[in-house]
Amino acid sequence: MMQVLALEVPYWGQSLLRVLGGIVAVLLPAGTIVYVFLFKMMSFMQSRLGPMEAGPYGSLQLVAEVGKWLQKEDIVPERADPRIFKMAPIVVLASTFLLVAVVPFGPDAWFTNFEAGVFYALAVSSLSVLGILMAGWASANKYSLLGGLRAAGQLIAYELPMVLAVIGVIIQAETMNLQQIVVAQNAGEIFGFSGLGNPYLITQLVGFVIFMIAIQAELTQAPFDMPIAESELVSGYMTEYSGFRFLMFFIGEFATAGVFALITSVLFLGGWGVPFAWFGWTDVDSVSNWMNIVGPIIMFTKMMLIVFIIMWVRFSSPRFREDQLQRFAWKVLIPVSLGNIAITSIFKVVM
Amino acid sequence: MSLTDRLLGDRQRLAYIASQAADSRLNVELETEGMTLNIGPQHPATHGTLRIIARLDGEQVVWAEPSCGYMHRGYEKLAEVRTYPQVTSLVNRIDWLGSFANEVPFILAAEKLMGVEAPARSQHIRTILFELSRIANVSLFLGDLGVQMGAITPVFFAFRDREYVLNLIEGATGGRFHPNFDRIGGLKDDLPKGWIAETKAVMKKLRKFCDQIDDLLFGNEIFQARMRGIGVIPRDVALQYGLSGANLRASGVDWDLRRDQSLPMAWNKADWKVWTHPDGDSYARCWVRLQETRESTKIVDQLLDTIPSGPIMAKVPKIIKVPEGEAWVSTENPLGEMGYYVVSRGELGPFRVKIRSASFNNMSVAPWALRGVYVPDIVTILASLYFILGDIDR
Repeated sequence: MMQVLALEVPYWGQSLLRVLGGIVAVLLPAGTIVYVFLFKMMSFMQSRLGPMEAGPYGSLQLVAEVGKWLQKEDIVPERADPRIFKMAPIVVLASTFLLVAVVPFGPDAWFTNFEAGVFYALAVSSLSVLGILMAGWASANKYSLLGGLRAAGQLIAYELPMVLAVIGVIIQAETMNLQQIVVAQNAGEIFGFSGLGNPYLITQLVGFVIFMIAIQAELTQAPFDMPIAESELVSGYMTEYSGFRFLMFFIGEFATAGVFALITSVLFLGGWGVPFAWFGWTDVDSVSNWMNIVGPIIMFTKMMLIVFIIMWVRFSSPRFREDQLQRFAWKVLIPVSLGNIAITSIFKVVM
Repeated sequence: MSLTDRLLGDRQRLAYIASQAADSRLNVELETEGMTLNIGPQHPATHGTLRIIARLDGEQVVWAEPSCGYMHRGYEKLAEVRTYPQVTSLVNRIDWLGSFANEVPFILAAEKLMGVEAPARSQHIRTILFELSRIANVSLFLGDLGVQMGAITPVFFAFRDREYVLNLIEGATGGRFHPNFDRIGGLKDDLPKGWIAETKAVMKKLRKFCDQIDDLLFGNEIFQARMRGIGVIPRDVALQYGLSGANLRASGVDWDLRRDQSLPMAWNKADWKVWTHPDGDSYARCWVRLQETRESTKIVDQLLDTIPSGPIMAKVPKIIKVPEGEAWVSTENPLGEMGYYVVSRGELGPFRVKIRSASFNNMSVAPWALRGVYVPDIVTILASLYFILGDIDR
């Protein structure tokens, strides 16, 4: 039995709570990111106001947009492979939902808590490549095909530095369980100073930078938005989509940005926790119950910070060419991350 | 050395050979086929309805050819059934971003045939408006450059600052895009009150905009990686294909009709510089345009201080009949050399008008420049060649 706010919650209740929580954890960040960053921050950076009509300060714009998309006709091109074409956005969105399943939001507020969490997250995140390839191939459109192939090449190339960057964290935390990684960071200390815990942002700075670059590429945001490249490939693999299937791609894009930011905050910024030394906690069992409410808020704040960085880069840089992008991954990021692993392991053994 | 070898740059030649070799090898092993990609007529990168047929081998272009004519409006033919004053409203729409600059060479040609010269004051104001339309045109190009590479922010700065220039043009002429302000023998009107001070303030803003673009875009490492060494057009090739304007100057040819020609305009009364660049790549073309915008603001500033007094129209009859004869006048327009060959039979309208627009000739180098490049480079090379579709399909 789990206790939430002094209430006994039966097992089916817990499952229901977690399913609802998963939907909220994907859709709420996605909506917030779209409104705050895509609509407003981008507009202010570009010396314009952004949406102002729908709702106070344009806050209901997203609702209006979703309404518009849902009304649109669901077009399948004549020569497309209809079954694959219709499945593709669902696969992309499914990978996002699968990804959020391992993210811990509090000492008890998690969806699943299992030992190979990092491994699972990295594996599941590459499912979206499959969806994108399906979309690119099934559209029967040359632009979509080029976009899909570019996406596949890019996502596979950047998967590797992402995995290698995380290995530094795993070595330091000595676990692949995301919950344990959070605890290890907040209960840790840097050279005997425990007032900040040990967020791996500081000790794994190189890994953090590589991870951020890799998720930028993984999310196909500029400067790595070659697969979408609206000025050359029209819209890449999304060219032929309309209506709610396009909406699913759209949600998938921003929800994945949010979920990747959540995972970054778990791996590098201490996740849901506050430094345990502040309240005299030692491990996850001694953390008090109110962290189940405060934890998600802390996570949300950290997620917004990280998405801000992602979007900031996105709105201010032109895009790489395909070959430059691959060269950057294979010749710069991978050697640096391998060096980072070597140095981390030496420190781990020596200290 | 064969002709192809001499014309292709080293990098392009190697890329071409490599692609051929890869093609033959892969064709044996995997039976890969090339793909023909139609970029356009409806495509975000073509500023209108240009169609580029590209034969691809993977992401590499084996050959590419622009196919134009999707927006042909037949201005040369239409001009034959209009009177001389009516033709200006037609030619306004050729290069729609710098409309006033299109009127000037036609009017100058007509004046040449009639033996009329505009008074000094209207020559000055013509030059100022000419340069303003150049600034309006090229500032949008500088912003659009980012969009072609996925940086969407600069274009909004460009639209914002171009608006100031358009307001000035509207203030003086009454039309934002299509002023239709030039008359045979002078201008329609004098400048409104307060326009000169306003223009000086705007020129200051535009110089700031140029600095911003210089920092944000030209200083960006990704931008440089995308532009430098891409789409190199050597000096002799540029001359052979008849490029003009900034595209030619970026290949190291010091050629500017504003300086090299004596027209009844006021460019020689200002102190300015013709910028050239030795590289001839995409970056050079964009850089030359950036410098030219700065020079234009300087020209406008200097000319504003020295506007002479006097009438604004020369003595011309109410009904304009141009005497028999032929005349060719070309000027250095925002996109390059733009000229009109006017044949008159002594009637109310021209007998034949041949329009030499810059973009059409600039575009002709595209098949040469696009060989052996990657698909993303098609977009940047086309962007740096800078065409306006109305200027190609008159």
